[in-house]
Formats: sequence, structure tokens, C-alpha cells
Amino acid sequence: MSFRRSIKIPTSEITEEKLYWTRRDFLSATGGAAGLALAGGIPGGDLVASLAAGQDDKLTPYEAVTTYNNFYEFGTGKDDPAKNAHTLKPKPWTVEIAGEVGKPGSYDLDDIVKPYKLEERVYRMRCVEGWSMVIPWLGFPLKDLIARLEPTSKAKFVEFTTLLDPTQMPGQRRRVLEWPYVEGLRIDEAMHPLTLLVTGLYGKELPNQNGAPIRLVVPWKYGFKGIKSIVRIRFTETMPRNSWNVAIPHEYGFYANVNPEVDHPRWSQAKERRIGEFFKRKTLMLNGYADEVGHLYAGMDLRANY
Amino acid sequence: MTRRTQRVVKVLAFLGALIPLVLLIQAFVSGELLLTEPVKNIQHRTGIAALILLLVTLTATPLRRLTGWNDAIKFRRMLGLFAFFYASLHVFSYFVFDQELSPTAIAADVVEHPWVLLGLTAFVLLIPLAVTSTTGWIRRLGGQRWQRLHQLIYVSAAAAVLHFLWLVKLDKREPVIYAIVLIALLSARLAYLRRERRHRAKRPPGRVAARTA
Repeated sequence: MSFRRSIKIPTSEITEEKLYWTRRDFLSATGGAAGLALAGGIPGGDLVASLAAGQDDKLTPYEAVTTYNNFYEFGTGKDDPAKNAHTLKPKPWTVEIAGEVGKPGSYDLDDIVKPYKLEERVYRMRCVEGWSMVIPWLGFPLKDLIARLEPTSKAKFVEFTTLLDPTQMPGQRRRVLEWPYVEGLRIDEAMHPLTLLVTGLYGKELPNQNGAPIRLVVPWKYGFKGIKSIVRIRFTETMPRNSWNVAIPHEYGFYANVNPEVDHPRWSQAKERRIGEFFKRKTLMLNGYADEVGHLYAGMDLRANY
Repeated sequence: MTRRTQRVVKVLAFLGALIPLVLLIQAFVSGELLLTEPVKNIQHRTGIAALILLLVTLTATPLRRLTGWNDAIKFRRMLGLFAFFYASLHVFSYFVFDQELSPTAIAADVVEHPWVLLGLTAFVLLIPLAVTSTTGWIRRLGGQRWQRLHQLIYVSAAAAVLHFLWLVKLDKREPVIYAIVLIALLSARLAYLRRERRHRAKRPPGRVAARTA
């Protein structure tokens, strides 16, 4: 498939992070807004949106993005995934498509990804714990895959499941969460053009600790919604369970939308600390993507649906 | 111990106490500190340095009793002041970076998190000790009163250890080690006090050695 072949280039040709930054000055200055322009195809829309956001969103360095991770399948420490995720074998990889869908079955990952032109999206990533990053993802809109799979009229939700294999994921030997990790989206959230299936970051293949070989990125939701190393996508009529909600229901909901006005029971969500920075900054409603996704939650009590 | 060796040991202790600061600056310059969580990193480093130096300070007296090395006491003030220095950096970074000097935010945090209250208590108790650490203050207060005041270090150290023990959520191994060391140091003192009391009962008054708790 095109991406995999395209990344098999000599290391000498791989853009260094510093160069990457200069080339991407335009993108990095606009942060998440850049993704919007790509998604919506608005010429110059990214610049306008970035001015509206009024925040400085520099890319978080590659080294930080790939050494500071929450991926409990490889340990609960932030540096554990980078240390332990070498045991994961992302190739070959099969994704099972199941449930209320016209084309169920086991798909080789290459076959899933092949039809799409991978695009770069620079998104803010806000963790429920109160820290954030700005990451240049490489992926394609989930909606394109969903359209291809022909969900039935009963498909109201999409459920995602992470690999379950304690030999590849040693963290699964301890029951800190119920394994395998599961997550879910409402179908309209899944169909939103900002919702991404990601196979890379910083123009490179997705490192294991970041959820190789394929993961979900939903930029207006807390990071834990971005399920990693996906092996199953199931279309359902009822709301699927999601791991953190199962673990601590009064702290983590199904929606998990970034919301500075709804505090976590144990800490405030009004501010966040961008990784690498000293002072906290204000958390933006829906992580700064309110204009794009706000309508999905019109009339909903976000305090009840946290 | 000759004056010269004493000076050498003191210089070594001084340099040793500077190591955490040097490492902190080095991490800052190399960029390691700034990569992910600079504030947490500073807080952890300065907190650990303060705690270790506090415990080292508390080691002077038992060490002297155990070894008869009376000069051990001569480094105590310097090490205690270093502990206060790191504790100040620790509290400074919390006030400035975490709470942005907002009194309401600090008050809310203290009320909500008992370990914050313990940490602040440990620090506040060190302030009078640092202020009265000079020879002038010892004279002004009188040896016995000064000594009684400086027994606050036990409370401060206990609060600091509890602060650490409480705030660590997952892996409590590190704070537990500090708790064990503190308990050992304090029990050494208790054992000594008990023995001394027994001796005092036997011996005629006037021959009791001056107590340096």
C-alpha cells in the first residue's frame, strides 16, 4: 500500500525534526486549525481560525510525543510505553469489522488503509489529566472508511477494541483496567471530518508507544478516547462501553468532551499545562474545535453527559 | 580531627549539598528538564534534595553519639540551611508555576489536599529555624531555649515525609524509604534519651553531659 511503500525511504531522506519545523512553520503556527483547512478545504481558513483561537500552538517535539505516553498496556508510568512497547508486533495486522455493517469481515490493515491518501493534520491533544500537546498526525478521516463499509440503519454507535495479548502487551498482565481496552463514538461523531484514523506522526510511521499500527484521534475529546492499536471496529445500535467509564464511572463518561467548565471530580479542567511549558494555559471549549463540532451536542447537558 | 581536615570535610559537604542544584541546572541547559514536565521535574528534584538534607541534618547527633566524632555537629547548620534552600525552591515553584501566586487558588488547594497542607507546614516550620541559625541568635535566645525551638525540625521532617508519602499515588517505595530512615533516626534519639534518664537516676547531679537532642 502506498504509505507503507512511501515510508521505506533511506533515513537520509527522512526530514529531521528541525527542518520539519521550519517547513511546517505555517502549520505549526496555526496548530489545530491547520487540520480544519485540510478537512474543510477552506483556502486560508487555517490562518483565520488560528487568529480566532488566539493561542500559540507550537508543535510538541517528536521526542516528547514519543516518550511521554499514557498506554497502560505497556505500564502506567509516562515513560513505560516508550521503554516497553518494542514487544508489540504491528506487522502484519488484521482489523475485524463487525456488527451492523454491510461489509463485515477480517481485513488486512493494508487493505483498510490502501484506498486513502494519507493527510497531515496538526491537532491539539488534551489529556484528561490536565496536560496537552500539539501533534502532526498522519491519517485519513474515519468517515471515509465507514462509508466504504456500508453501515446499516441500525448503526448508531461505533465501538473500537485494542489488541488483547499479554505477551505483546505486558501491562495487560496486571488488571489496572479491564482488558482489552474499548472505546466508542456516536455515529455522527465518528462521521465528523475531524475524526481521524491515524497511522503516523511527524511524517513517520506511528511508533508502537503511540498506538501502532492504527489508532483513533478525536481532537475535541480527552486523549483517552483516542484508542490505540485497534483490532476491531464494531457498529452497534446501543452505546458501547468504554474502558475508563467502566473503571471509574463517576469520573470518566462516554462523551469525554474537553470542557473547561466541567471539572473532573478530583481536579479542575479549566486549565492545562502544555508539555514542555512552565505556566498553565486556559483550556478551550471542545479543545478549541467548538465551531466545528459544537452542533453535535446542541441541547445536551454537558455536565450530565461528561 | 585537625582544623584542616575539618575544613576539607566541610568543603566536601558543601559541594555535596550543591549536587542537586548542579544537576538541576545541567538538566535545564541540556533541555532534558524542558522536554515534558519542567515543573513536576523541578518540584521532584528540589523536594527530594530538601528531604535528604533534612534527614542528613538529623543524622549529625546520632552519628556523634555512635562514633564519638564530635565535629559531626559542626556541619549541621550548613546542611540544615541547604535543606531550607531546596525547600524554598520547591515551594517557590509550587506558588509561582502551579498556583500563579493566587492566594485563593493556594487556599483551595490546601483545603482540598492534606498533603499540600503538610508540605507547607514542613516548610513554614523551617523558617524560624533558618532565621535563628546564626551564632548571634543562639546567644540571644540562650542555648536551652534555642535548642527547644530547634526541636521543631522533628515536626518539620515528619510533616515532609508524610507529605511525600501521601502525595505519591501509585508506587510508594521511594517515600517509604524516607519514612523508614526518619523513624530510625528518631528512635535512635528516643533510645538515647531513655538511657540517659536511667544514667541520670544513678549518677549524682552535675555530672550529666549537656544534652544535644
